[in-house]
Amino acid sequence: MTSTATRPGGPGARPRAAIAARTLRTDRWWVQPVGIAAILLFFIVYSTIRVFMAKWYYVEDYHYLTPLYSPCLTDSCVPGSSHFGTPFGEFPFFLPLGIVAFPIVAGFRVTCYYYRKAGYRSLWASPPACAVTEPHQKYTGETRFPLFVMNWHRYFFYLAFVVLLINIYDAFLAFRGPDGAFGVGLGTLIILVNIVALAGYTLSCHACRHVMGGRLKHFSRNPVRYRFWTLVSKLNVRHGTFAMVSLFTVLFTDFYIMAVSAGWFTDLRFIN
Amino acid sequence: MGTEKSQAAGAPATKRQFRIWRGDETGGDLKEYLVEVKEGEVVLDIIHRLQSTEAPDLACRWNCKAGKCGSCSVEINGKPKLACMTRMSTFTADETISVTPLRTFPIVRDLVTDVSFNYEKARETPAFAPPPGVTPGDYRMQQVDVERSQEFRKCIECFLCQTVCHVIRDHEENKPAFAGPRYFIRAAELDMHPLDARDDRKEYAQAEQGLGYCNITKCCTEVCPEHIKITDNGIIPMKERVVDRKYDPLVWLGNKIFRRGQVPQTSVTSEHSPGAVRTPAAGPPGFHSHAGASHDPEAEAQAQAGVNWHREVPKPTAPTLDETGKLPLTELTFDRPAAPSPFGEDVSFPLPPEHLNYAHPEQDKH
Ligand code: SF4
Ligand code: SF4
Ligand code: FES
Repeated sequence: MTSTATRPGGPGARPRAAIAARTLRTDRWWVQPVGIAAILLFFIVYSTIRVFMAKWYYVEDYHYLTPLYSPCLTDSCVPGSSHFGTPFGEFPFFLPLGIVAFPIVAGFRVTCYYYRKAGYRSLWASPPACAVTEPHQKYTGETRFPLFVMNWHRYFFYLAFVVLLINIYDAFLAFRGPDGAFGVGLGTLIILVNIVALAGYTLSCHACRHVMGGRLKHFSRNPVRYRFWTLVSKLNVRHGTFAMVSLFTVLFTDFYIMAVSAGWFTDLRFIN
Repeated sequence: MGTEKSQAAGAPATKRQFRIWRGDETGGDLKEYLVEVKEGEVVLDIIHRLQSTEAPDLACRWNCKAGKCGSCSVEINGKPKLACMTRMSTFTADETISVTPLRTFPIVRDLVTDVSFNYEKARETPAFAPPPGVTPGDYRMQQVDVERSQEFRKCIECFLCQTVCHVIRDHEENKPAFAGPRYFIRAAELDMHPLDARDDRKEYAQAEQGLGYCNITKCCTEVCPEHIKITDNGIIPMKERVVDRKYDPLVWLGNKIFRRGQVPQTSVTSEHSPGAVRTPAAGPPGFHSHAGASHDPEAEAQAQAGVNWHREVPKPTAPTLDETGKLPLTELTFDRPAAPSPFGEDVSFPLPPEHLNYAHPEQDKH
């Protein structure tokens, strides 16, 4: 009998069609997982470096604070960057200054239903693409530790929503010139775009859709929540797009603020 | 009319290269065919042409040729598709087109597989539970309330989503514990149904259907010919509903404070059960109904109230085979009219109540 790439299971299993090839797909199915893997890995490496860098995260003159360090809650933060006080005192050098928010937003993204698809496919090849045999011998999915932790996405959503509010507050503060009066620069606009992308990403979350109204059995008895649910459902269709766009806007915002803060180039000012 | 050669009739038939899997459970291979293809044809037409020319014994399943019966599911160039809805014009002229049977299910012959796995999972899924105190005929529902369930009613049971799902496609051993996307949307459909009286479908989906095995990689949604958003509208909402019951801190707090949502815990939820709560019954996969799994008093009490997922129900019989052990090729050579029933020949409808694992809660009153 010809060998089969679809593992025919245990001794009792009835045979499947004997097809040796791992997949008979003729399109370039590997392009997408490889591309997504490259993007995700780049972001992981970049954000790790940035989070431990502990400098160039704040532009004093214009109140630009990178989202990776917001809120900055310790005495180690550069003056002016702690909008919410410094309840934690001094940090040892190895603790990232963004230790409060970063694990939240990272956890939110890791457990996000979109990133789960992206990650399982491209980083774990489970499966690499549809109808392509995966390389793993065993598979239990999200039924046991550690992967059932993915079910905690909702905790992360609640927390990430708070972080989003903080980021929005940061964006308000970024409308400021060096003299303390109102001002707008290119950085302000970049931060604003980032906020829109982040808000789109957070509000289109599947857990958000569920708590807004998805958990109801009778929409007719909850017209207001039904309205919210309809709204979130419309955003939710684009959840993957928001996820990827906001990944890039966060990255770009952080890079821009790093560059301005380090003096690699100066902020382009429109008003003040 | 001579000068007005219409485009359709005028386009010359071309020959196209096909590779079609031929074989049965003892083995098989891809066979090359050069077949004539005319304008406007679909892959199923080509299979039919082959049957009427060089391969009269090529087995395939089809029925409506309109994408509505779900019979003609095969894998075309490695992708699960309906043969009747895959146009030849989507391929380039020099492309070799492979047609293979569904990979996830046991092979019967050529392009025909035994999809009874799906029928078993369908039988195991608890049916609609009638609301107490409302007699049939008095059911009233609002459109906004049934909208979500209606999307799932579009399903034509082609099982393309079932065959593409890597949980069972690549891991035969998961079959007993995993019901598959088609039955997740069935569970979602009933859980979102405004009149369905069961409130433990979430627990059921998690504990008995193996919802946790799904890692939402969305291949089911990609292949669904009815464009049902299986993951976004079915599986993910179901996962979130499980989270409601199991993991959400705010819901937990609300329930504590307002003492609502006191769901009677059923036997399937009494422990954290990651899907495979029972040891797979002896016998080959494909015959793993919940037979003989449990006879505990709790489950029996539940059976009195309505559904008992563990009640021993007769195993479905396999379709009748001819003396060579194969499905009869055509009705002409078969000893009775029409195709053999997928439920087996010894089943009469309506099913006797003892053959069901659910019952109307008020059945004794009638
Ligand atoms: S999303 Fe889940 S059910 Fe659908 S194919 Fe993927 S693993 Fe299977
Ligand atoms: S959900 Fe879609 S793919 Fe799955 S059986 Fe129904 S119609 Fe086919
Ligand atoms: S023949 Fe009915 S769906 Fe293809």
